[in-house]
Amino acid sequence: MSAAAPGTTFIVLMLPFLAAVIAPWLTRRLGHNAAWLLALAPVAIFVHFLGFSAEVADGGFVTGGFQWVPSYNVSFSWLIDGLSLTFALLISGIGALIILYSGGYLKGHDQLGRFFAFMLLFMGAMLGVVISDSFLMLFVYWELTSITSFLLIGFDHTREASRRAAIQALVVTGGGGLALLAGLLVIWNITGVSQISLLLNYGDDVRASPFYLLALLLVLGGAFSKSAQFPLHFWLPNAMEAPTPVSAYLHSATMVKAGVYLLMRLNPVLGDTVWWETLLPLFGGATLIVGTLLAIRQTDLKLMLAYTTVSSLGLLVMLTGFGSEHAIAAAVLYLVAHSLFKGALFMVAGLIDHETGTRDVTALGGLRKAMPITFFAAMAAAISMAGLPPFVGFLAKEEIYYALWATNPWALAFVAVAVLGNALMFVIGFAVAIKPFFGPLVKTPKAAHEGPVLLWLGPVVLGVAALIAALLSPLTHRFISSPMASAVAGRAETVSISLVPHMGPALILSLVTVAIGVVFYLALDRLRAGMAWLLLAIGWGPDRGFDQLISGLVRLSMVITRFVQPGRLDIYMTVTFLMIAAALIGPMAWYGEWPSMPVWPADAQFHELVVIAIAFIGLLAVIYARDRLTAIVSLGVQGFAVALIFMLFGAPDLSFTQFMVETLAVVILALVMTRLKLTSSDHRPTGRKLVDLSVALACGIGFMLYLLAVTQQPFNTALSEFFAAYSKVVAHGTNVVNVIIVDFRGTDTLGEIAVVMVTGLAILSLIRIRSLRSGEIADNDPDQPRTDRYGPEHLGPDQTGKVT
Amino acid sequence: MRTIIFRSIAPFLTSLMVLFSIFVLLRGHNEPGGGFIGGLIAASALAIYGIACGVAAVRRAIYYHPIAISAFGLFMATLAGVLSMFAGVPFMSGLWIYPEILGVELALSSVLIFDVGVYLVVVGAISSIALGLEEGDRD
Repeated sequence: MSAAAPGTTFIVLMLPFLAAVIAPWLTRRLGHNAAWLLALAPVAIFVHFLGFSAEVADGGFVTGGFQWVPSYNVSFSWLIDGLSLTFALLISGIGALIILYSGGYLKGHDQLGRFFAFMLLFMGAMLGVVISDSFLMLFVYWELTSITSFLLIGFDHTREASRRAAIQALVVTGGGGLALLAGLLVIWNITGVSQISLLLNYGDDVRASPFYLLALLLVLGGAFSKSAQFPLHFWLPNAMEAPTPVSAYLHSATMVKAGVYLLMRLNPVLGDTVWWETLLPLFGGATLIVGTLLAIRQTDLKLMLAYTTVSSLGLLVMLTGFGSEHAIAAAVLYLVAHSLFKGALFMVAGLIDHETGTRDVTALGGLRKAMPITFFAAMAAAISMAGLPPFVGFLAKEEIYYALWATNPWALAFVAVAVLGNALMFVIGFAVAIKPFFGPLVKTPKAAHEGPVLLWLGPVVLGVAALIAALLSPLTHRFISSPMASAVAGRAETVSISLVPHMGPALILSLVTVAIGVVFYLALDRLRAGMAWLLLAIGWGPDRGFDQLISGLVRLSMVITRFVQPGRLDIYMTVTFLMIAAALIGPMAWYGEWPSMPVWPADAQFHELVVIAIAFIGLLAVIYARDRLTAIVSLGVQGFAVALIFMLFGAPDLSFTQFMVETLAVVILALVMTRLKLTSSDHRPTGRKLVDLSVALACGIGFMLYLLAVTQQPFNTALSEFFAAYSKVVAHGTNVVNVIIVDFRGTDTLGEIAVVMVTGLAILSLIRIRSLRSGEIADNDPDQPRTDRYGPEHLGPDQTGKVT
Repeated sequence: MRTIIFRSIAPFLTSLMVLFSIFVLLRGHNEPGGGFIGGLIAASALAIYGIACGVAAVRRAIYYHPIAISAFGLFMATLAGVLSMFAGVPFMSGLWIYPEILGVELALSSVLIFDVGVYLVVVGAISSIALGLEEGDRD
């Protein structure tokens, strides 16, 4: 590559985000035709990455990037090898077609600009996931795909179903993302490297680590939630609430494959262990079967496809789990084939929906003549999905059977699973591609006719690509399959399967699959009814479980909130002060480190004794005060006495501050009291008073003991000496206290004054809210008695006082 | 509280206290005092003025909304910290200049700007609370 490549790659990675920024503006100017311009971004990305293919095909890889947070060894770096290159080409290539398709599909939609922006944002995020070399970058992009997926599923946000599906997808995939982060951090801790390209050399260390299982489970949590593995599959069919371009792009061709990508990426590191080769095939196989069975149940074209996407992802996970040379080759081929045919089929489903007004397969028929191009694309995709020649799906399926075939029970079980799954996918594929097009023409909400070029271009190109990829299989293998399989396996691999069928078990299994598929296809209606009955009989699924989980969570948090936030100020205060007392006295009691009581100083001066006496008088006055105002002022007297003590013992700054704080406290408390219109005297019952008294005593005694304990420690003079020595020299000030506040510890002070300011703002807004409310009440009913203005809905009961 | 004596004396008392608060603020670096205590003195001065002559008079006198004064103080304090970064030293390092004005050498520093910021934050936040409470009492 040329020297400019790192910079170019970075720009290319940012290109979708830039396009997303201008998309709304462009769409306002050009309407749906903005798609033609916006599609240039993914095309440019596609061309850029195509430039790497020669180097990657020769077994090389490209890394690049720059430092991000050097102190934590976090970089913004990318790795382009066979795996990420294939993904990047799929994302940008299909992305370009999808952008065009969106322009046709949402033509005239008033939020089209926003839609383009979200789609391009997603494209940027997804590209980032597969290109990232650094763990943290991978995680950030990973969560970004969850967020953009949330935005796109909830695009039609006025519908409740969309909002629910969006939140569900975000919770499941976002939560999985957190598990992934934890997993990556564990791996980081084991190996000490945070880059995938380096990590690939540490596979043995990771597998030998006692934390291997933890790392594996966490990573699987991320991958399985993203790639909709059973039992976390439920969010994917619900995500079909999104407009069809989203389903075609995110929820079949790209995003849901991020989990598979991750597993493939980490196969050389985490793979080749018993856990890996058990968990992945089991979950993948279960997902494959559950997905296809649920797909049979559906009549909605999109939902049928969505459930087969679930099962395809299961198949991919299962193959990745086997980890043998042929299993990896099969996974690679199937991944590419699936992206092509499923993207195309989704677009076909959207196209039918768009042109006829329905996508219920039982309400469609005979569209063959009205929509010939669509029919052609649908057939091409369905043949590929069914695994028939001469499409790339056939290569994938042959390779799958070749990889799985062995004569031990474990392998045979998975062969059976694969055959059944493939047969059911065969059924669904043709149900989508044949049922709407053959038979008598059924009357649909809109009179059917062929869609515009923007709509049929995508499926046709993908269908043709699936054909060409198979016909030119040596080229496909050289540039796509072999480099990708090598990256997944962690060693050089060559994929060589061609359209010429090799005689053997694989071909026989293919024939069996087709035979089962044909039988099931003919019996589809009966199968569907059977599945519907079965699901009704079970009556519970993870989807409902999700709702129960969420509502349980809401209930739990309400119970906790009601417990910790009862809304009564006196309870808050009591708890706070009890905690303070416990924190002060508890440790001393626990360790038995009580301070020794000080002796009465023999040389106490008369004026010092007077000041202490004033403090006591103030205190007694607080206790015996008849009304609150006297109590507040008496508290001020006590405070002044303490300030005098500070003054006498050589802390003038502290003393000054204490004076002012006491003054302002009295003023503000008096204001608050008049403001709250409290009754002037204290009406607490005696029992309550006793409780408050003991809390107050506990706090006071706690502070006293604490201060005694602190002063009885040997005094470390290091800090005082430092400040005394450097205050004048370094900070040009002789008042050490002030120098500390504004200079030595200036940043602390900055934080503190920020708190002061924000507190002021908060209190001001509280006062404002109360004035507004009382103003409204006063306006409504000027004759209302003043004591009733502040009802208990505004205040805790204790604050309102009792109205006598 | 609106006695004639108090009302007549309050403006003078307030001006004296504000003046004193500025004095305390400026001498803080070498003698007892500083932005925090100065701010508290000024806030009590405004509170006295408010009790004597009403909130409206105080608001007229300080012209800006007290919380805006507080925010400006925080801004100044931050700016004083950032200033050091422009001078190529770490955030919050004190910068000093000694210009001679009318034959007297003045010690000016970013630390002083910071302390004035502290002063304004304290005055603004506390008087906005006090004024808010007093005002609510009247309507």
